[in-house]
Amino acid sequence: MFEMLDGRLREYLTGFAEVVIAIVAGMVIGGLVMVIGGYNPVDAYYQLFVPSLTTKYGVEMTLSFATPIILTALTFAVGVRAGLFNIGAEGQMYMGALGAVIFGAITLPSILYLPLEFIAAAVLGMIWGVIAGILKAYRGVNEVVSTIMLNWIAYWIVESMRVYVIPNPVDASKTVSVPPAGRLPLLVEGTELSAALIISILVLAFTYFLLWKMAVGYEIRAVGYNPLASRYAGINVRRVALYSFIIGGFTAGIAGFCEVAGRPPSYAITTGLSNLMGLGFDGLTVSLIGYNHPIGILLASIFIGAMKAGSRNMQIYARVPLEMVQTVQGLIIIALSIPGLLRIISRRIGGVR
Amino acid sequence: MNWSMIWQLFVQTLDASTPLLLAATGEIIGESAGIANIGLEGIMLISAFMAVYADSAFANPLLGVLAGLATGLLLGVVHGYISAYMKGNQIVTGTGVNLFAAGFVAYSIIAFFHVAGYYTIDLSLTVPKIYGVSPISISSLIIAVLAYYLLFKTQIGLAIRACGENPEAADSVGVRVELVQTLASSIAGLLTGLAGAFLSIDWNASITKQMSAGRGFIALATVNFANWNPLLGIAGSFLFGFFWVLGEWIKNIGWLKQLIPVDLFNTIPYLATLVVVAGLIGKSRPPKYVGVPYKRE
Repeated sequence: MFEMLDGRLREYLTGFAEVVIAIVAGMVIGGLVMVIGGYNPVDAYYQLFVPSLTTKYGVEMTLSFATPIILTALTFAVGVRAGLFNIGAEGQMYMGALGAVIFGAITLPSILYLPLEFIAAAVLGMIWGVIAGILKAYRGVNEVVSTIMLNWIAYWIVESMRVYVIPNPVDASKTVSVPPAGRLPLLVEGTELSAALIISILVLAFTYFLLWKMAVGYEIRAVGYNPLASRYAGINVRRVALYSFIIGGFTAGIAGFCEVAGRPPSYAITTGLSNLMGLGFDGLTVSLIGYNHPIGILLASIFIGAMKAGSRNMQIYARVPLEMVQTVQGLIIIALSIPGLLRIISRRIGGVR
Repeated sequence: MNWSMIWQLFVQTLDASTPLLLAATGEIIGESAGIANIGLEGIMLISAFMAVYADSAFANPLLGVLAGLATGLLLGVVHGYISAYMKGNQIVTGTGVNLFAAGFVAYSIIAFFHVAGYYTIDLSLTVPKIYGVSPISISSLIIAVLAYYLLFKTQIGLAIRACGENPEAADSVGVRVELVQTLASSIAGLLTGLAGAFLSIDWNASITKQMSAGRGFIALATVNFANWNPLLGIAGSFLFGFFWVLGEWIKNIGWLKQLIPVDLFNTIPYLATLVVVAGLIGKSRPPKYVGVPYKRE
């Protein structure tokens, strides 16, 4: 039956099956890590997924956690499409959040808050992205090294700003909060699901359009597919790298905006950037699981979003530290890096070719 | 500035450069064979934790160091096997290790030490020093010299470099490319594991969830700076190590502290690394087949 499907569909199904296998493998090994730590993995996985995918409140929280990681996933995906390994979404997102939260310290006519927060977040994200882009395009600096350095620089800049420039006058553990006029409306009262989700999906659609329907997207994909041939075809490879970093910086910056303007109750940046930390790397996982494709990213963001939403449940009811979520994510990525995982396993099971 | 201050500055720089030099030396061997590992950061972090764990369980720093070495070796073997034999995507595997490490170490500090984020060991459990200098630091210099000798003066070194420069030619003269690559990756893991043990049970007498703090990636920058030569790696790691010392040193200047937030000085090592790497254009050339899985026709 499998042979009767047309090639493209078959390719999608194989890809899907490989992701499922990688996820199962990651979860099984993650389960072993929990057993060694003295926890009950069945309990933990139940708390991680069941409430966050089967209750109304759980689904709403899942979507709220999917919101920023769709955007940081796009950063990585646009990089990969151009043949770049941009792992700087983390720092670009910090800078975006900084751009948005600064308006908590500025008095403005209420109508201006949201647009200005959005613009500042986007601009700071893009600046942080384009630095790595310029270093890559004109100085040949490996983007893996430069983006990680920029992540750390962004971390300390934002942390310094939190402590010395825009501290919260009543609560030393965070920055000023953006005023009510500068917050995105909640989609469901009493949850953390805000209009940020709509923004996130609009940016996703925009990026899809950009990559597949516009000349610049065609150039990005061409360079990623074959840089040498693209150069002979007259594509400016340097410019494409810059564009890719700028688009990626934009989406990551907006992720920072969404967290500051769209997540109750703090609407601020907390100590050690704890409410932002890891959202950039979650996006990397989402993008890899979603085959760096906008549709795949949307589906994968719900999976990782559910894990993030469920991590609090897991910590409270199964008593497993919520860092376990990132541990499992890492294991899934390691499993995903093995090509033909499906083939290897099916050969083991029954000699099926 | 007197002699004792200069000596102190030297020891501090040596300390800061040791993890960079160890990881960079290992990575030079790995990349010379064609295996790139961007998971050094994660290997360093997990090894740092395992070293503390074994050290406090057995109250024996030597066992702590061995645990760090063993952890690094294991992760190096896994990375090498996935890269060389399974033809996996090296950069994705390394990323997976980094993510795993960040989660695993934060989780393990809570699960095994029942504290969040930070665990300190007694100074009596740290690696004993020789005239104020860590034996691991001294070893790192010796290892770098030996690695140079191995890579450029022996038949084995030639085989390693052949796998990274032209795996097909190496294969045709009977070099077992996948085996050499896996072993080279294992050495990279082993030395990075020692770097991790140095961080936790030698230099800092503690483990934190962000202990490696980008050092794995600065080691990658050091590899580039050294142009895949372990002797130049010594110079590179001293340079990058010095920036860490400089950052700490500037923090203690009184009038500057009034002027600029102290936390901002933490950006110095990263900023300096970026500037140095940006200045390297065209001066270094990676092995031709680094990161490319070798597939027979």
